[in-house]
Amino acid sequence: MAAEAHTIDALGQFKLTTALGPLGASVNFTQSNLMMVISGLLILGLMVLGARPQAVVPGRLQALAEMAYEGIRKMCIDQIGNEGKAFFPFVFTLFMFVLIGNLLGLLPFSFTYTSHIAVTLTLALTVIVLVTVVALRIHGLHFFSYFFPPGAPVLLAPIIVPVEIISYLSRPVSLSIRLFANMVAGHVMFEVFASFILMMAASQALGSFGVIGAVGPMALNVALMGFELLVAFLQAYVFAILTCIYLHDAVHLH
Amino acid sequence: MRPIGLLTAAAMSVFTSVALAAEAKEGMPQLDFKNVLLKSQVVWLVIIFALLYVLLSRWALPKIGAVLEKRASTIEGDLNAARGAKASADAAVAELTAKTREAHAGAQAAIANAVDAAKAAAASQTAMLTARLDAQLAEAEGRINVARNAAMGALRQVAAETASVVVTRLTGVAANASAVDAAIGSALTARGLA
Repeated sequence: MAAEAHTIDALGQFKLTTALGPLGASVNFTQSNLMMVISGLLILGLMVLGARPQAVVPGRLQALAEMAYEGIRKMCIDQIGNEGKAFFPFVFTLFMFVLIGNLLGLLPFSFTYTSHIAVTLTLALTVIVLVTVVALRIHGLHFFSYFFPPGAPVLLAPIIVPVEIISYLSRPVSLSIRLFANMVAGHVMFEVFASFILMMAASQALGSFGVIGAVGPMALNVALMGFELLVAFLQAYVFAILTCIYLHDAVHLH
Repeated sequence: MRPIGLLTAAAMSVFTSVALAAEAKEGMPQLDFKNVLLKSQVVWLVIIFALLYVLLSRWALPKIGAVLEKRASTIEGDLNAARGAKASADAAVAELTAKTREAHAGAQAAIANAVDAAKAAAASQTAMLTARLDAQLAEAEGRINVARNAAMGALRQVAAETASVVVTRLTGVAANASAVDAAIGSALTARGLA
């Protein structure tokens, strides 16, 4: 991670290593997976400890847990309809897993598992497989009428059907790349500006002016941290709401 | 969604080009599909995510759901209790009003009864008094009549004696008793006193 003179290692932070010592190494358990476990424990801890007081007037932790629960539940019901209640645990897991992953990634020396396309694509494929299975189970073969909107001229079928199929298949791609790209871009920017700080401060040619000048990239990184906090929430929300919209399509077909 | 996508795509291209220029020989670790850790990461992801889903949906989320349900039922129960209390308070107020009205009416009736009784008592007392006075009056009138009759009875004798004395004095001769008596009888008859 450290910037040697004139080189910026912006991608080294995404490199996978094994975690938990020799035991982790023996099962190829990566530091990315360790962060997943930590975020899973945080989510479970929030919900279980938040539910423990069972207070009618909630305290702070309980209010947070209830806010998360009711917010996602409302989103499911608003987007999908009454059938959305059945998908609420899945959407909740997805949203919290992505959100806590994004937020944990912002801590120094941690790892952002949502910055790996393999992770985001796995999540997106899970969503798409679920959506397709739900659609097939509810509508049977009638599901395939989804690719030809009712009322469209039959003559245009050779154009409309491939377009619809491609747009359907591109959903997991756009879903996964959106999250992956946002996370990577943010973390690369952090790394680049942080390298600028070190390079300017250590520069022989600039001397003490370099130390003063290093305040610039430092300030940029501070502002970027606020922006990335927003992005962490926004991308988790986008991932969850798109899942809800796809599930709505699966349940209602158009 | 679209502007965000465009923005990120632009940012991506700028920054990955910076990064890739600096590290052209290695490329993005995320795209290094020969790395066995990349695949194991996905396997562990599936395990962790599935476990998290099961634990959340079976264990953690129902707890929060139960808390929310409990709160909703508590609030509903409290509202019902408040509604019940309000209804009983309304009933109590209605009962109070009715009781007050009843008591008022009772008091009025009692006053009217007392006034009537007092009037009746006064009337009976007046009647009794009047009767007694009437009786006394009647008795007095009786006595007067008796006295007058007695006086009237004595009148003939007094007149006869007086007439005899007067005749004797004037004439010096004793008066004829039967003539005097006849004259007195006619005189009394003429005056309506006989």
